[in-house]
Amino acid sequence: MLRNIKISQAVDWPTILMYIVLVIMGWISIYGASYDFEHPSVFDFDQNAGKQLLWIGSCVFICISLLMIDSRIYDVFAYFIYAAALVLLILTVLFAPEIKGSKSWLVLGPVRIQTVEIAKFATGLALAKFMSRYNFRLKGFKNYLPVLLLIITPMALVLFQKEAGSALVFLAFFLMLYREGMPGVLLYLAGCCVILFIIVIKFGSDLLQPTADSIGAILAVFFIIITQLGFLFVFTKNLKQIKYIGLGYVFVIVIALVVNLIIPVSYLYFLAVAMFLSVLYLSWLSIQLRAKPYVLIALFTIGAVAYAYSSDYLFTSVLQPHQQMRIEVLLGMQNDPTGAGYNVNQSKIAIGSGQFLGKGFLNGTQTKLKYVPEQDTDFIFCTVGEEYGFWGSVLVLGLYLAFLLRLLHMAERQRETFSRVYGYGVVSIFFFHFAINIGMVLGLAPVIGIPLPFFSYGGSSLWGFTILLFIFLRLDASRLEKMR
Amino acid sequence: MIDKHLQNRKSVLAGIMMIIVVIYVLQLINLQIFNPTYKEHADSNAFLNKTQYPARGLMYDRNEKLLVYNKPAYDIMVVLNEVEPFDTVDFCKAVNLSVPFFKSLINKLPKDKGYSYIPQLLLSQLSVEEYAVLQEKLFKFPGFYIQNRTLREYTYPCAAHALGSVGEVSKTNIEADDYYRSGDYAGMNGVEKHYEKELRGKKGVEILLRDYRGRIKGKYEEGEMDIDPISGKNLTLSLDIDLQMYGEQLMQGKVGSVVAIEPATGEILAMVSSPSFNPSDLVGRQRTKNFRALNNDPIKPLLDRPLMARYPPGSTFKVVNSLIFKEEEIITPATRFSCNNGFVAGRLRVGCHHHPNNLDLVGSIQHSCNAYYCHGLRAMLDNKKYGSTENAFTVWKDAVVSFGFGYKLGVDFPNENRGYIPNAEVYNKIYGKGSWRALTVISIAIGQGEVISTPIQTANLAAAIANRGYWYPPHIVKHIEGGKIDSMYYKKRHTVVDPKHFDSTIEGMRMAVVAGTARVAAIDSVEVCGKTGTAQNPHGKDHSIFMAFAPKDNPKIAIAVFVENAGFGATWAGPIASLMMEKYLKGSINPKRKYLEDRMLNTNLMPSAKKH
Repeated sequence: MLRNIKISQAVDWPTILMYIVLVIMGWISIYGASYDFEHPSVFDFDQNAGKQLLWIGSCVFICISLLMIDSRIYDVFAYFIYAAALVLLILTVLFAPEIKGSKSWLVLGPVRIQTVEIAKFATGLALAKFMSRYNFRLKGFKNYLPVLLLIITPMALVLFQKEAGSALVFLAFFLMLYREGMPGVLLYLAGCCVILFIIVIKFGSDLLQPTADSIGAILAVFFIIITQLGFLFVFTKNLKQIKYIGLGYVFVIVIALVVNLIIPVSYLYFLAVAMFLSVLYLSWLSIQLRAKPYVLIALFTIGAVAYAYSSDYLFTSVLQPHQQMRIEVLLGMQNDPTGAGYNVNQSKIAIGSGQFLGKGFLNGTQTKLKYVPEQDTDFIFCTVGEEYGFWGSVLVLGLYLAFLLRLLHMAERQRETFSRVYGYGVVSIFFFHFAINIGMVLGLAPVIGIPLPFFSYGGSSLWGFTILLFIFLRLDASRLEKMR
Repeated sequence: MIDKHLQNRKSVLAGIMMIIVVIYVLQLINLQIFNPTYKEHADSNAFLNKTQYPARGLMYDRNEKLLVYNKPAYDIMVVLNEVEPFDTVDFCKAVNLSVPFFKSLINKLPKDKGYSYIPQLLLSQLSVEEYAVLQEKLFKFPGFYIQNRTLREYTYPCAAHALGSVGEVSKTNIEADDYYRSGDYAGMNGVEKHYEKELRGKKGVEILLRDYRGRIKGKYEEGEMDIDPISGKNLTLSLDIDLQMYGEQLMQGKVGSVVAIEPATGEILAMVSSPSFNPSDLVGRQRTKNFRALNNDPIKPLLDRPLMARYPPGSTFKVVNSLIFKEEEIITPATRFSCNNGFVAGRLRVGCHHHPNNLDLVGSIQHSCNAYYCHGLRAMLDNKKYGSTENAFTVWKDAVVSFGFGYKLGVDFPNENRGYIPNAEVYNKIYGKGSWRALTVISIAIGQGEVISTPIQTANLAAAIANRGYWYPPHIVKHIEGGKIDSMYYKKRHTVVDPKHFDSTIEGMRMAVVAGTARVAAIDSVEVCGKTGTAQNPHGKDHSIFMAFAPKDNPKIAIAVFVENAGFGATWAGPIASLMMEKYLKGSINPKRKYLEDRMLNTNLMPSAKKH
């Protein structure tokens, strides 16, 4: 049963309001970032701020159009849109000229589009379509495989465009999958991978020749042991066994300390023996108690150790030198303010120099004098930090948080799986962009060149994010059409 | 299909978002609130503080003749990371340098990253002519800039010691005064140093914006935050430059000093240190080379003799003793002491030149009788009324000090020597307490022995006598434009001797010129009062000393002349002092005395000396 409702009443005005505020703040920031002390000109359409104004104007048209279109069209054409997006991505790989080291721009006469922006909402729609099939549950290999393929295919194509940053954005859909039933332990395992990687890279890569003080290895082992005990608690609730295994570890450490009083022997050998014994014991428990979690935890332990050993190899052999450099700079292992760390260092200087109140509109010297590279695109937040200081930065972060939480709230309130899956996809993508971009500018995340939604200069990204959002707003507006 | 368990995952996601935002806010607090270094770093990134050097204050003489002024000079600055490949030979030709030397200059610059975008001094003090050649070509050499500076220029090639010179500040200067930055100039000696704070003015700053490639992008806030430099204050010196120049000419070929003071004010009229040099020699790029040459000269032309040379005052000191003895009522002007070609006490004998015997006070000064003062000193130091020789000596010493001896006079120069007047303690140490008498220290009666004075202290003595009992600390700056000279220069310093005792002493000095040892100093129609002196010099020929003032009533000039290794005071110092006074008081030299002037001008008493 359907009932017609007025879009203007049903649409979520708070979100639209936040969207408008973010876009306006974004434009002011771009204006500030591209302002030239020598040639101040307010509305010059040759300048970035002027051009962005044209993009914003065209977005008004896009928004209205998207709100007018019948929402069912997305359900019907989801796969078609997805296929079209893939074709565009392939065309881009084949025909795009190389601009700034990446081939992500499809040039059609005077228009240049970044096709990855289309792929984002297209993938969101396709996932929503697939996962809203009758009786779909995110369980079993048969259901996971198509979902993963839907995500990985555009991701791989974007990687071919040498746009590693944009490709990573597709990982954001795993947040949506988590909401749709993917076990949380998988997210945690992903987190473990990152943490182990950081520990091994930062604290020493001498795992294969352990010395008495190979801190990295010892930290990694302790991390694995604690995770192992944590898993035992969450998945078996068997406090007795946790106590036994924990005491076992303590016993081994005491022996290691005593032995080291007599002759120095690497603690790592003792810990390795202890972990080996724990794996044997867990396997035995699994058979004894006829419970699967024990053997899975044993497997996790083995896998984690293997991963820790291979991270070093992964780092030195798989990653490109410039990527290694970026990671090392991020982890504080390399201090090279003019080389790999230049962007982040200048970005921190720009933001830090804003202090509490900021320098005021158009008074930011670091951004105006172009100390910060990519300051109107990826590093646009520097302008906010420098000219509006702490209060301005916190205001923007707060507004984003409100925006994200609102979208989360809206995604959850959907009555149809299609809208909900799409909605969660939208939240995930915005969150990923926000978290990585700001983290990068603040020197907390690696330098992955992805834009800050609505702030960064660029027509493709503004259009892409606007379409992504307004499709969802339209879906949300019609959530009450279907009565159940 | 509603799954409660999965709905809760919304909260997990919301929690992650909030945690991330909190982490970012914490990082913002760290960057923006707790870490001022980012602000400093940003400022040093973006602002180029270009120093605007003020013009240094000018100096005029007492007749408003310009003595010291500024001429423009140009420093070449280089910003290393803006330099592009250029024609080195062409550049070196333009600035008149050899290519290897230029390369060594470039290599000497610090190459750290922090310096590469800062303008650094490459070559200092190009002349206007050199600058003109370079300026036309400058566009061909990106990264090279010109910084305007000023150098000192002198109207007259004299008074080098008094005026002082300006040089680049040392590390010690920078540490002592945070006004200075490396490469700044400051007064190094003379008036330039003592009045540095008045002369230097205040540096200004022009704040320029510099982009990430070091290019200048205009003025910050349209120059509103710039600070204009404030020019240094002009000084009017008490020096009479014509007299000074004449003095330097008279002293040519001689080692010594001339100091002339206006008794009524303490203003220094002339201050000659010989040998001297042209002050322009210590300006600009030649400074280092010339300074080294002067510094290595064995005759020490850099020594500021009027303030720093230490001599026994010799017979000029007798007038001090004559005044003290009268004040202490040891003698009256009528007191006579016998002189048998000297002073004899047991085995001790102080010789005297041939002169009439049994002189009174006026005669003793007129003929410079040694015996008279030995008797006088003995009568004072061995006088029972003081209780002991030590006490008597202390009274004597305090009286001597009240004439400006033994301590710095407080002149407005940085390098004054205090001379030396011993106290009783010194003799106690040498001879033992209570075991010395007047005869032990008898040579101080005639200005020999332990007493040491500087030329300016002797000139000051002349002024104190001319004033009949008081003096002003001698000083060379008469007026500071828009400022005040130190009030101590207006404060009368009285000697312990009552003015009434001065008449007979002055009469003695007058008679010395009329019919005594100082006849050579007589000037037509001017009542000159003078006293010759000869300072014993253990290293060679005695030093010739003359001290005088004129006219006797209402004196206009007091003078002291020291000529080293020149023998009797009357031979060299006397004529020079006399010519100086005549020049000052009458404007020109009487033709009758032309022969004397010529002899003074043309005699070289140091044939081996290098001429400067």
